[in-house]
Amino acid sequence: MKSKLVEIKNLSVSYDQQRVLEQATLDIEPLDFLGIIGPNGGGKTTLIKALLGLVKPDAGSIKFHIPLKKVGYLPQINQVDKRFPITVLDVVQSGKAGTRFLNVFRKDQTDRLHAEKLIDEMGISAIRHQAIGELSGGQMQRVFLCRSLMNQPELLILDEPDTFVDNQFESELYEKLKELNQRMAILLVSHDVGTISYYVKTIACVNRQVHYHPSNVISTEQLASYNCPLQIITHGHIPHTVLSMHENHDHHGHHH
Amino acid sequence: MDTIIDLFSYDFFMNAFWASFFAAISCGIVGTYIVSRRIVFVSGGITHASFGGIGIGYFLGWSPLLGAAVFAILSGWGIQLFTQKGKVREDSSIAIWWSLGMAIGIIFIYLSPGYAPNLMSYLFGSVLTVSITELYLMGTLSLVLVLFFTLFYRLVLYVAFDEEFAKTTGLPVNLINYLLISLIALTIVLNIRVVGIILILSLLTLPQATANLFTKDFKKMMVISVLFAFVGSFAGLLFSFYVDIPSGASIIFTLVLVFGLMKLAFYIRQNLLSRD
Repeated sequence: MKSKLVEIKNLSVSYDQQRVLEQATLDIEPLDFLGIIGPNGGGKTTLIKALLGLVKPDAGSIKFHIPLKKVGYLPQINQVDKRFPITVLDVVQSGKAGTRFLNVFRKDQTDRLHAEKLIDEMGISAIRHQAIGELSGGQMQRVFLCRSLMNQPELLILDEPDTFVDNQFESELYEKLKELNQRMAILLVSHDVGTISYYVKTIACVNRQVHYHPSNVISTEQLASYNCPLQIITHGHIPHTVLSMHENHDHHGHHH
Repeated sequence: MDTIIDLFSYDFFMNAFWASFFAAISCGIVGTYIVSRRIVFVSGGITHASFGGIGIGYFLGWSPLLGAAVFAILSGWGIQLFTQKGKVREDSSIAIWWSLGMAIGIIFIYLSPGYAPNLMSYLFGSVLTVSITELYLMGTLSLVLVLFFTLFYRLVLYVAFDEEFAKTTGLPVNLINYLLISLIALTIVLNIRVVGIILILSLLTLPQATANLFTKDFKKMMVISVLFAFVGSFAGLLFSFYVDIPSGASIIFTLVLVFGLMKLAFYIRQNLLSRD
């Protein structure tokens, strides 16, 4: 087995002359479940976009030890136009767009069957012919999760899949990710620090710089020392271990 | 008074019929892409920029349509380039090309000796005076579009729906974007003679708005748009002939009427009948 899937070294990225990431270094191991946390505007999404080749870094390197087409991606839900005339099945099939380019004349059949299988497994068969504009937030996230799995990824990158969803879907989503994590590495960006720490194996704090934390338990002191000021909020009935905290901080969260 | 059958024995009417047929195909298909991707005003910019080419065409004594095609394609690329690389906001980029083209057109038409005889037909359309050459061009374009959108249907759909995601799957998104903007430019230019620069946007958006009432599927929307575009332009053509009003305006009026009636029918079905 390869020792690393991706190696990010000294990566710096700017938007309009404004440094968003500074000298970020991070490795992604096979079958890791890496939670990426950090304040808004801290560079979480930028890190992902640089990783996917969507933004050009000023400096540094990203080295993939797997083919890029084996990376699955679920973008933030507000990136897509919800009134676009497209059905669920077509959205899911678009996950394999790259390989379609050279196979213009090939019949859709294989992709379509694969898409239908993923849709069935996600429990959304009933809506597969619906337009995406008719879906709820949770249904839409399921559809995008299916799309990100179309290329049978070895690394799955998810940018806040827990926004616009209800509590029940949130726990289903994390259970699903846990199951997927048995065959692929997962990189999960979330603002819900409390909940993800229950599921992830390792944590990276992104606030201009990246601090890697090789465990899923992290204290507020550590967060502070990482220059990652986060309010730790937990809610809902989802089972979670609250990030370990000192007594004087315990009003921030509750244990189950 | 001539019956509809009699009308088809006139050459000019046959030409106008074929022109509206090809206009329906090209505008129905391309318009669906434009509306779905919300680039109606990019198309507006291209349309008006093409006026610069018409002016230069008049001035040099070349075909105004050739000039318009060059200007349309360049402005399409320009809008995209300014937005992507020049970091100009898209609406500002559109406005720059839109007004630049119009200004060049006005200057060169002013400098051209004599009065520009068909100027009005470029501005407001004149489907009854479409030439055979123009018909062949429109027919070829329609064929190219049908082939392109059939063969590359999924590529177009995926890039239009979520460009950034499409990039991550390895699609040559930029190439597809520039190709499509060129096809939009050619569609606009070759249909200018049907409804004119001022009115062409409606042929690219109204049939689509009507089709969108019936379906939320990109492929079906293209087909239904072509149908409504044809019904609208042919009925408009007949109307303009019998009532003796300008054909371009008549076609647009019919398209709006069809949309209005359909929208009303859907409104009644959804809000009044569902209460039972």
